[in-house]
Amino acid sequence: MSEYFSDDMIVCRCEEITVAEIKQAIKEGAKDVVGVKRRVRAGMGLCQGRTCEKLVQQLIVRELSVTPKEAGTSSARPPVRPVTFGELAGGAID
Amino acid sequence: MIQRDVLVVGAGPAGLAASIEAGKAGAAVLLVDLNMQPGGQLFKQIHKFFGSSAHRSGTRGYDIGEQLLREALEAAVEIWMQSTVIGIFPGNKIGIERGMDGKEKELVTVLARKIVIATGASENAIRFKGWTIPGVMGAGAAQTMINVNHVRPGKRVVMLGSGNVGLIVSYQLLQAGCDVAALVEAAPGIGGYAVHAAKIRRAGVPIYTGYTIVEAKKGKDGCVCGCIIAKADDKYDPIPGTEEAIECDAITLAAGLKPVMDLPKLAGCTLTYSSAFGGYIPIHNDRMETSQKGIFTAGDAAGVEEANTALEEGKLAGISAAEELNLISKKKADILRKEIWERLVSLRSGPFGERRLKEKESVLKEYAKRAGIPAAEDQEVEKCH
Repeated sequence: MSEYFSDDMIVCRCEEITVAEIKQAIKEGAKDVVGVKRRVRAGMGLCQGRTCEKLVQQLIVRELSVTPKEAGTSSARPPVRPVTFGELAGGAID
Repeated sequence: MIQRDVLVVGAGPAGLAASIEAGKAGAAVLLVDLNMQPGGQLFKQIHKFFGSSAHRSGTRGYDIGEQLLREALEAAVEIWMQSTVIGIFPGNKIGIERGMDGKEKELVTVLARKIVIATGASENAIRFKGWTIPGVMGAGAAQTMINVNHVRPGKRVVMLGSGNVGLIVSYQLLQAGCDVAALVEAAPGIGGYAVHAAKIRRAGVPIYTGYTIVEAKKGKDGCVCGCIIAKADDKYDPIPGTEEAIECDAITLAAGLKPVMDLPKLAGCTLTYSSAFGGYIPIHNDRMETSQKGIFTAGDAAGVEEANTALEEGKLAGISAAEELNLISKKKADILRKEIWERLVSLRSGPFGERRLKEKESVLKEYAKRAGIPAAEDQEVEKCH
């Protein structure tokens, strides 16, 4: 990897996860986007990985020499967009 | 619980087209979008569209948007703006945070017989030192700022990426009164149409092909004050010792788009990976129905393409949803779908389109294989092309 991709570079800006942390997660056995997310929370913040998922994929592709398809995609859980507790309390999924 | 025949998520060209077709057929259609105004990206497309006259060439994006809105109103489509779908739950129940005209938003559940997911795409980020500094943004975001909100993203902009988005937005930044300091492209040649590149070249914008951005420089105010570019190797990595500094106060990234997949994932749609279409997309058939019966997709959410293909796919979804609700006969739906597929094939021609045509065919085949559809229908798909 190029010297320009320094380890202190932020990848997931919502959770402030760096290149070094993601590399460490991969060293610890993460094989895909979900594995990285579970270990270091990349993609678990406000934007739910809409910005960083591809960057995480690229890192996995480079580190493990896999295809982007093998690097996978994150799972989704409701609410998929941020809502306030007030709204959640006021409404009902019946 | 609110009940509707068809719920369409996303009021861009695909969602509007699907709503219009289903509405015309007599379905009670609810169209939901989180933005202030319907039209998706159409209202920021101030340039004339390309292609043949059958595909609205020479028409500006916002004019197409106005026309679609009129048609949606005529088709009695109910539109909820500033309303966000927060989840799809078993039994076709959709949780929506409904905008209430300035009043507090309210969480409601809608039970829909058919769902069309037309949530579009989001911009890809690029990672380089300082990419999180204020002033670095997507080219689409910059386009929204200048063409919709009439705010310049900066005085002097560096654009990364020379696909059509990068080229067109560079030109529109010039029109908005910004100075475009450089267009930087890591590949050895221009990605988009030469005619767009020629326009910005004539306007004096330096084009650096075979270069990439290695760093965004942070000024005293904490915002972008310049960038360092360098020659790129065949893996698009910077080559040390080739750096050049450019002064700028905004960096816009036109690095492609990826389909928004939250809702198909929640709905349990089977996804497949397609680099030609920007990432993961739901497998679907020639009616735009996903692996989940009654859930359709269209437009960039079904593979990143352009407004024209999104429109046609939206029509396919709307017609097919109406057919499943017994509002259109199979015979009529088949005739309409055949015409639409003919237009889609001609839209997916040329050096950029052929790859997408092939990729779309393989998505349809994957659907046929994985959804256990008999081979006869697979052949019908072939015939449609």
